[in-house]
Amino acid sequence: MSILVNKNTRVVVQGITGKEGSFHATQCKAYGTKVVAGVTPGKAGQEVEGIPVFNTVRDAVKKEGCDTSLIFVPPPFCADAILEAADAGVKLIICITEGIPVNDMVKVKRALYGRDVRLIGPNCPGVITVDEAKIGIMPGFIHKKGIVGVVSRSGTLTYEAVHQLSTLGLGETTCVGIGGDPVNGTGFVDVLALFEKDPETQGIVMIGEIGGDAEEKAAEFIKKNVKKPVVSFIAGITAPPGRRMGHAGAIVSGGKGTAAEKMKTLESAGVKVVKNPAEIGNAIKLALGR
Amino acid sequence: MNVHEFQAKQLFAQFGVPVPRGKEVTSPEAATAWATELNTPVFVVKAQIHAGGRGKAGGVKITKDKAAVAGLAKELIGKTLVTHQTGPKGRQVHRLLLEEGANISKELYLSILVDRDSGWPVFIASTEGGMEIEEVAEKTPEKIIKELIDPAVGFQGYNGRNVAFALGLNAIEPAVMNPFIAMMGNLYRLFMEKHAAMVEINPLIITKEKTIVALDGKVSFDDNALFKHADVQQMRDLNEEEPLEIEAGANNLNYVKLDGNIGCMVNGAGLAMATMDVIKLAGSEPANFLDVGGGATKETVAAGFRILLKDPNVKGIFINIFGGIVRCERIANGVIEAAKEVKITVPLVVRLQGTNAEEGRTLLAGSGLKLEVANDLWEAAQKIVKLTGKAA
Repeated sequence: MSILVNKNTRVVVQGITGKEGSFHATQCKAYGTKVVAGVTPGKAGQEVEGIPVFNTVRDAVKKEGCDTSLIFVPPPFCADAILEAADAGVKLIICITEGIPVNDMVKVKRALYGRDVRLIGPNCPGVITVDEAKIGIMPGFIHKKGIVGVVSRSGTLTYEAVHQLSTLGLGETTCVGIGGDPVNGTGFVDVLALFEKDPETQGIVMIGEIGGDAEEKAAEFIKKNVKKPVVSFIAGITAPPGRRMGHAGAIVSGGKGTAAEKMKTLESAGVKVVKNPAEIGNAIKLALGR
Repeated sequence: MNVHEFQAKQLFAQFGVPVPRGKEVTSPEAATAWATELNTPVFVVKAQIHAGGRGKAGGVKITKDKAAVAGLAKELIGKTLVTHQTGPKGRQVHRLLLEEGANISKELYLSILVDRDSGWPVFIASTEGGMEIEEVAEKTPEKIIKELIDPAVGFQGYNGRNVAFALGLNAIEPAVMNPFIAMMGNLYRLFMEKHAAMVEINPLIITKEKTIVALDGKVSFDDNALFKHADVQQMRDLNEEEPLEIEAGANNLNYVKLDGNIGCMVNGAGLAMATMDVIKLAGSEPANFLDVGGGATKETVAAGFRILLKDPNVKGIFINIFGGIVRCERIANGVIEAAKEVKITVPLVVRLQGTNAEEGRTLLAGSGLKLEVANDLWEAAQKIVKLTGKAA
């Protein structure tokens, strides 16, 4: 068991003939992921490392039975690409692209509402179920099959946490990057619910950052619904208010969304919050009684 | 990206949101000329800087005497205003907005931004205009009115009526009900069409002449959507930005200047923030946020060094790279090459982890450069803090 993706997941890569798309499609395939199709309009008939390219997602789904899309399409065309995937009947859309206009995402999120499709991202590293499927840009080799589920708004900070979990011998089940944009698809709550139900996941690491109230929503959910131990780190305690820290969503505005406030709320929900990101691994180890 | 009040008001006018007659002036002569043309009982001279709290800092002058306008303009141009949003160094005034005064009967608050929870645009309104909205939300949350707009259909009349009646406009001044609702629709169009991140009018006033007017205006834009709007790009004022941040932007680096003395260079925004946080935990303060991104090369590392070293507060540099797609030995080579070009005069700690970290560390150790290599984050943070001394 695992969440969201596994060895049977059939992936179509949108933007597969681009520099990023072709590199990562190849990497994902090498990890063992079933990357069965790619899409670049006008390039049907080509192949990328043996992966057939189609003009449309509809064609890819019809010919290869893809159920998941991985998107590398550049920001100006990305809303279009997400909606194309949804319309073609893909059930899971993982969007890596960084820099999509927020108002584009507002429209996309509204259009996906009530439909049987889940969006992860944008502006995220993707999803990996260790030793089964890597659908994203994370380095596969730092992961080790194990018992901790990881959900995060950040990329490289997630790798940092995963590295600690692997080094300590705990390992991971599935790691989900939900992305650093203010308007995204899946949030912490949905992923926490999936981890709580997953029998292989024994503990959860949740990595948040300043801005918005996703962590506060997660705290509320954890208090009521999560029995498994949760360890959290919130990046940005030193970030000044009003300044955007790289991610479009990482901004403290009007005194809201500070790291201190989020830490306090999570602690009151029974989450073990670490102030030092180097302590994430040890904290979950302790919480799991290992 | 932020713009000046006068630019915000130009956009308002373009979208049918009523504003006072006014114009940007940059000299006392231009002020006199425009004052003559404006020919109004009351003149308002407003310093244009990208920060709130200008009134309290003496950046807004009012006079009934046309002949006094030039003197007020002279006084404000070149003046450094220190407000709660500028920091202690303040911001120098280069531009003014000279406009007609208004007869205020009632001050309101109105803004629009994206509600992160629902992912829908939301109007925020209040009868407590002219005050800091954060303060209103804190002290009297019942006075904050929120109205979500369904992006599938856009602004509807009922959205406007919900807000107008909640504000009690029917009781305050029935004549402004319909103009107010129409104005909300226009603001929504501006917000969506121009890809604004936020539009704020504080105060939005009801005049004694029973009209509504945007007396102040603040608009910020989504940087990710600027490519769609050449007109908005032209509103950028580099005077209002930190020079090092402009240079970083030109090199595709994501840099924010802070006040501490340990410069840091990291790949990824989350890890960059976490790195700042561990510097503080180890007893010092970060000098900056710097994300070199996923495709860090020798060139980006060199540009990063140059920017960090231009900040005179920087007493040490901490490079923290978690190699994923970026390979650590390439970063190590980048550091070695960059160190040849840029003279590094302060202690340097390099922490490499992830893809080819071992090779990277070996390269650095054998480079003859004066630097310390570290394996893990906490160890590295403690090293750089020890080398630079704790914050005063």
